[in-house]
Amino acid sequence: MKPTDTSNPEYFHRVVDCQHACPAHTPVPEYIRLIAAERYTDAYMVNWESNVFPGVLGRTCDRPCEPACRRGRVEDEPVAICRLKRVAADNKADISDRLPKIPTQKNGKRVALVGAGPAALTVARDLAPLGYQLDLYDEQIKGGGFMRSQIPSFRLPETVLDEEVNYILNMGVVSQFDTYVESLKDLLGQGYDAVFVGSGAPKGRDLNVPGREAADASIHIGIDWLGSVAFEHTKKIGKRVIVLGGGNTAMDCCRTARRLGGEEVKVIVRSPFADMKASPWEKDDAQTEDIPIIDNHVPLEFVLENDKLVGMTFDRVVAEYNDAGKRSLVSTGEEPAFYACDEVLIAIGQENAFPWIERDIDIAFDQWEMPEVDRITFQSSNPKVFFGGDAAFGPENIITAVAHGHQAAISIDSFCQGDNVAERPLPGVTLVSQKMGIHEWSYDSSIEEDLRYKVPHADKKSALKDRRLEVELGFDIATAFKEAERCLNCDVQTVFSEALCIECDACMDICPTDCINFIDNDDEPALRQSLRVPADDLEQAIYVSDNLKTGRVMVKDEDVCLHCGLCAERCPTAAWDMQKFLYQVTQASVL
Amino acid sequence: MSYIRPEFRHPNSPANERGYTRKDYEGGLSTLCAGCGHDSVSAAIIDACFELSIEPHRVAKISGIGCSSKTPTYFLGNSHGFNSVHGRMPSVATGANLANREMIYVGVSGDGDSASIGLGQFAHVTRRNLNMLYVVENNGCYGLTKGQDSATADIGSASKKGAPNPYAPIDLCTLALQLGATYVGRSFSGDKAQLVPLIKGALAHKGFAFLDVISPCVTFNDSAKSTKAYDFVREHAEATGKMDFVPVKQEITADYEPGYTQEVTLHDGSVIHLYKQDGDIENIAGRKSIRDRNEALRQVQQYKTNGKILTGLLYVDPDSQDFHNTLGTVSGALRDLGEKELCPGKQTLADINASFR
Repeated sequence: MKPTDTSNPEYFHRVVDCQHACPAHTPVPEYIRLIAAERYTDAYMVNWESNVFPGVLGRTCDRPCEPACRRGRVEDEPVAICRLKRVAADNKADISDRLPKIPTQKNGKRVALVGAGPAALTVARDLAPLGYQLDLYDEQIKGGGFMRSQIPSFRLPETVLDEEVNYILNMGVVSQFDTYVESLKDLLGQGYDAVFVGSGAPKGRDLNVPGREAADASIHIGIDWLGSVAFEHTKKIGKRVIVLGGGNTAMDCCRTARRLGGEEVKVIVRSPFADMKASPWEKDDAQTEDIPIIDNHVPLEFVLENDKLVGMTFDRVVAEYNDAGKRSLVSTGEEPAFYACDEVLIAIGQENAFPWIERDIDIAFDQWEMPEVDRITFQSSNPKVFFGGDAAFGPENIITAVAHGHQAAISIDSFCQGDNVAERPLPGVTLVSQKMGIHEWSYDSSIEEDLRYKVPHADKKSALKDRRLEVELGFDIATAFKEAERCLNCDVQTVFSEALCIECDACMDICPTDCINFIDNDDEPALRQSLRVPADDLEQAIYVSDNLKTGRVMVKDEDVCLHCGLCAERCPTAAWDMQKFLYQVTQASVL
Repeated sequence: MSYIRPEFRHPNSPANERGYTRKDYEGGLSTLCAGCGHDSVSAAIIDACFELSIEPHRVAKISGIGCSSKTPTYFLGNSHGFNSVHGRMPSVATGANLANREMIYVGVSGDGDSASIGLGQFAHVTRRNLNMLYVVENNGCYGLTKGQDSATADIGSASKKGAPNPYAPIDLCTLALQLGATYVGRSFSGDKAQLVPLIKGALAHKGFAFLDVISPCVTFNDSAKSTKAYDFVREHAEATGKMDFVPVKQEITADYEPGYTQEVTLHDGSVIHLYKQDGDIENIAGRKSIRDRNEALRQVQQYKTNGKILTGLLYVDPDSQDFHNTLGTVSGALRDLGEKELCPGKQTLADINASFR
């Protein structure tokens, strides 16, 4: 193999699994160390700059970082990254003096933002400090988009959401709430220099089986119902409720139903339990609240008696997988199962809908009625119109919407300034030695070996009485410190200088996880197999040096490196050094 | 400085026949200088014991005084250990071995411990052919006392201080060969591919197995004019030939290269294969027999005269009879003897006394 090119920032970025997996590439280990150092405000700002809604995300993020966390590969469970983020948000001081200054003299460019969800708010946050005039339109009466309408208060208190939405609205954004944009053509006609569409995926999928129309009064579309609860139009539900669907919206529906008077609430899902889209922790939380999840049941019919919904029937199925791993649900041939209920919530997915976008304004739509949006610039075929969040490529999550917003803001700025939108800024990267003395590092290399700590929950009885009472209480400071110390500091990179190496084997001998090898070079598949422990995880890179004096090469499998620094401590010539790698996605404005 | 190794290991770390992973053979975190050759020797011992599936509780580690003699703390943390008096490791090993012949004895010593203060003890344990592995971690200096030249430093070799050594060196392999050692090898801490099979062979050998391992002192004796420096040894070492060790149980499935020139079957049925080095006529694998002591002595001297270091297995006598055979001791450990064996009664005593009349 050729020597690894560590001057390409993407190499070390890949090693920081959590940051790499995060759509917004938040520097996770960096803020976890700040939390351990009780520098909560600094930790919050690292987050805020990168993901805009740390308090919201610290409670509700889909956390793609956690399955990626290296700790999960050397031990049972990953670091509780998401809940540590919340610790920073909960314990921070006033940050108003750290917020960017908004110029009073505007730059003369006007941008309209459609939707006040995470994507559009991110665009606003990135463009406001540059002097853009920003008009924000949303049909709801407050900002936040689906963070407000679809995430129940017991998971995300309104105060937390208001605070983080207001940081942005207070940047001089002109918000026009309670205003549904009916025509993009009209909006463009108002002379905006650019329009950002962050209108989400607002349409809940319906279930058209017999009885649907007749029982309409007792059947609700999940996301609409959640929004109606959030804005207090709906305050109660029948005693027996069936929730259809296996995603996080279904979990939010069933738990909300429990708080609105639902005594026998069931989740009934087509797929096997393990295949459900809901995050495992959300399924746990639902089950803790006495909500059974019945899997492998395909809805057949809404059953009515005297024009009133009395229950539903389901076909019992088993999942079969073909050689390609494709699943089909096959009926067991048993009698249909009947479940009695008073009301049904349908949470089987959501879709995009753009009835307000005319088809004659140069925005191309594909066969699925989705706008054709560039995956890097987020520009549509009408160069003035940009998309982001769920509106761009279909339903995702908050952190993805934020990542879209940052990139769209860069594009909008380039476009408005007459620059080439396709030219993207390079990431900001630093790589700094952590050496403090002969064997001392400026990071805490000795990690906590405890298992993942659980976040304490509010008493179930009181939680079920009050839909606003937050269930998760968050880590206390002592537990947060211990959990933070579980982080392996994967951003502190093992950097190897072949010219200094005397091949004494000390690093190879000390490495607790057998990552380091001194062997004859070969092609990658052969090299991977000839290591002390074969490097079978092809997702993880192997770090190959140039030829050493004996003609061998150093090969390090990055997979389960603990970043403990022992290789560098045992190196007599400092051929190994521990260097902190900070990778920051460049944004439209430098905060 | 880290004084504790993290608990986590590679999740795919292989297990040996006994179900142990390498972790079960580790010891405490080394406090020797970073880059010390001794740590590599410890790692080689760990590898050898792991690969041979030796149960850690069956091993006794015995050492004297010095940097080398600290190392048993850093490997086989689940084995027995005795850190004895300077140069007196052989006596303690002899005593332990006589009391319990069923254990595996690993003596670790240094050039000071074996070639200076303990030279007498070294000579006599060699003569007795005690069943043990005796490793000298040879760095040519006294590392614990700031790097003075030791008795194995070559004439003209200079440590960090810079003054060339004026005295003739003691060659421990030559001495061991002359004194009757039945398994003699020389290796280098920076060459595990050679060192690990040598240790495995030594552990399987019945009798006194001596290994002189050149193990550079990075702090005091890794200088440009030292003959015990990493660079010098790499440039001047010439192996007797590649060696394969095939444990008795793996014989059928062993993945060894064909084309060996000599095969030595050890007492326990395990096999050593020796391969000729390409283009090297003078090497031991190319000679008539690895069992020829005179030839071994001649070649060690010959290489030395040519300014080279001969490494690898130098000599082995697979039919060696260890100290217990010579003394005709009981077949098991003394701790297993019961009252009946220890107090055979008046009649037996009378018979013994009668035999002297």
